[in-house]
Amino acid sequence: METNNLNPDKWVDLYADYLFNYAVTRVSDAEIAKDLVQDTFIAGLKSAKNFKGDAAERTWLIAILKRKVIDHYRKINSKKGKAEVRMSYSSQTDAEGDWIEERIADPNSNFENDAIENEELGLAIQNCISKLPKKQAQVFTMKTIEGMETEDICNALGINASNLWVMIHRARTGLMGCLNQNWF
Amino acid sequence: MMISCEKAANICDKAQYKEASGWDRIKLKFHLLICKTCAKHSKDNTKLTSLCNQANLSVLTDDEKKKMKESFSKVK
Repeated sequence: METNNLNPDKWVDLYADYLFNYAVTRVSDAEIAKDLVQDTFIAGLKSAKNFKGDAAERTWLIAILKRKVIDHYRKINSKKGKAEVRMSYSSQTDAEGDWIEERIADPNSNFENDAIENEELGLAIQNCISKLPKKQAQVFTMKTIEGMETEDICNALGINASNLWVMIHRARTGLMGCLNQNWF
Repeated sequence: MMISCEKAANICDKAQYKEASGWDRIKLKFHLLICKTCAKHSKDNTKLTSLCNQANLSVLTDDEKKKMKESFSKVK
């Protein structure tokens, strides 16, 4: 089995978005997610000597991030008063007096599954983007995820519009191939 | 009215970002009627767009990454 080496200089470029997406679905706050990713990189650097090389770099970082997310929830829950659980029957005051049966989960709802599936989908897309050539990944991300205007991207990267569309096309074709097995 | 497959793919990509003109879209539709390969590609391309929307992806901006790198290099 090939052993993996750590390459901390490239972490931010290679994994920041992937880790950020992972974190943001778990803490639902971009600012906190960003801090967690930052903490993960620093913790990774500090314990780099413990890295045995049998996992891929990203898997290893995700494992650290997982701990960071758990620590985050521990921290906010240990604040005074949070330990006391206050159950209120309903958050809407006008629903008072309604039957509790009306408030249980709808057994026919697949809303929760959607959330799980979307998270997996997000990570799968992010994973496929990271496999694209760097320039294509950059253009695709700017255009599709950040939603920038074609002209702004061209100015920022110093390319012309037809270059941009060629790269978008290659990126999209690459992503279709990459996502093909599981999502199409 | 007749366009090449390359041109069709290009319009199809633009259409994913709502940047194809009306006349281009008509030409594309016509091409898709007669070209099975492009029709399949167009379908997948549209599917990719909806997957990306569904996943609700977010990324860190370059500024945020730069800041991250700076504070990271301080630790090193």
